[in-house]
Amino acid sequence: MKADNIIDITNVVCPVTFVKLKIELENMKTGKILEVILNEGEPIANIPRSLKDEGHKIIDVTNNDNGTYTLFVKKDGLV
Amino acid sequence: MTDINFAELKKGGFMKQKQKDYFSMRLKTIGGQVTAEQLETIQLVSQKYGKGYIHLTSRQGIEIPFIGTENIDAVKRELAAGGVQNGVCGARLRTITACQGSVICPSGLIDTQQLAEDCDHRYGGREFPCKFKIGITGCPNNCLKAEENDLGIKGGIIPQWNAEKCIFCGVCVPVCPTKAITVDKDTHTLAFIEEKCCYCGACFKSCPASAWGGQSGYVVSLGGLYGKQIAIGKHILPIISNAETLHKVITVTLDFFASHAKQGERFAKTLDRVGWNTLKAAIEEIL
Repeated sequence: MKADNIIDITNVVCPVTFVKLKIELENMKTGKILEVILNEGEPIANIPRSLKDEGHKIIDVTNNDNGTYTLFVKKDGLV
Repeated sequence: MTDINFAELKKGGFMKQKQKDYFSMRLKTIGGQVTAEQLETIQLVSQKYGKGYIHLTSRQGIEIPFIGTENIDAVKRELAAGGVQNGVCGARLRTITACQGSVICPSGLIDTQQLAEDCDHRYGGREFPCKFKIGITGCPNNCLKAEENDLGIKGGIIPQWNAEKCIFCGVCVPVCPTKAITVDKDTHTLAFIEEKCCYCGACFKSCPASAWGGQSGYVVSLGGLYGKQIAIGKHILPIISNAETLHKVITVTLDFFASHAKQGERFAKTLDRVGWNTLKAAIEEIL
């Protein structure tokens, strides 16, 4: 899958994870795809729900088998 | 003060203090909610008749310590005028505790406050051979610790997957805390093992395609005990999908406790003695 932007939030903790993600998405145009690398545990448990609540659509999730996941998110994809 | 009936006072929420002729007065709360008007009344009474402070109890209640026996009637009267009732102690159905539930909390799956009101209306203060506690928590995060109670109620979502809506993105796999879901993106297949499901609704809340839907329900635990001895409430029943059935289950459970418990015997002990399956069979008759 090809993304327009990429963000790594594995070096921050909640709630900074979602804040960084939100700022990144705000700087993108509707319909663009963001690739997000995030940690297992709390981030992968909570970020998908927050993205949905904000109207962004997850289109793919991959377990990287190294303690991180990669999400592909379409900006405003649920609006 | 020889005419004090301690049993009657205890019934009305007066806890005898170490200090002679003083009581800590327990107030009635349901689900931990107190209005600003009630707080004002409690403030005034604690300043006028107590020592100007209150104690927050371990079960979401309020007590006003240092009420002198000579002031009991005046305190009751002034509290009642401000919309505050006495709480219960002793061998009764105690304060019904609840988290804020789905009306306030983003994680809430049931309206815990409404349910606490309903339970108080139906069962509050009922007398038993021993105290009996009900606690209601809105979701499997279990902030209100349902399993500590003789009867615990926990909100849940009974998930249902709609294959036609699914985009097989795979997000439900890592968000599920119990690993109940597996997805094969290549073959576009999904497997859900309901026995592993904790009814938390994470799949439902995260799904970008609304492929996961669900109906809210109640997970009941029985026989929780957190005193000198400790027992964690057990889940011996399937998730209950409507409030009417839930109340039937509670009624059967309370009737069972009323008719089988020995004096001073907590529910966990009654169940261990009489048999968990005896209660389970009685409940299954009405499910």
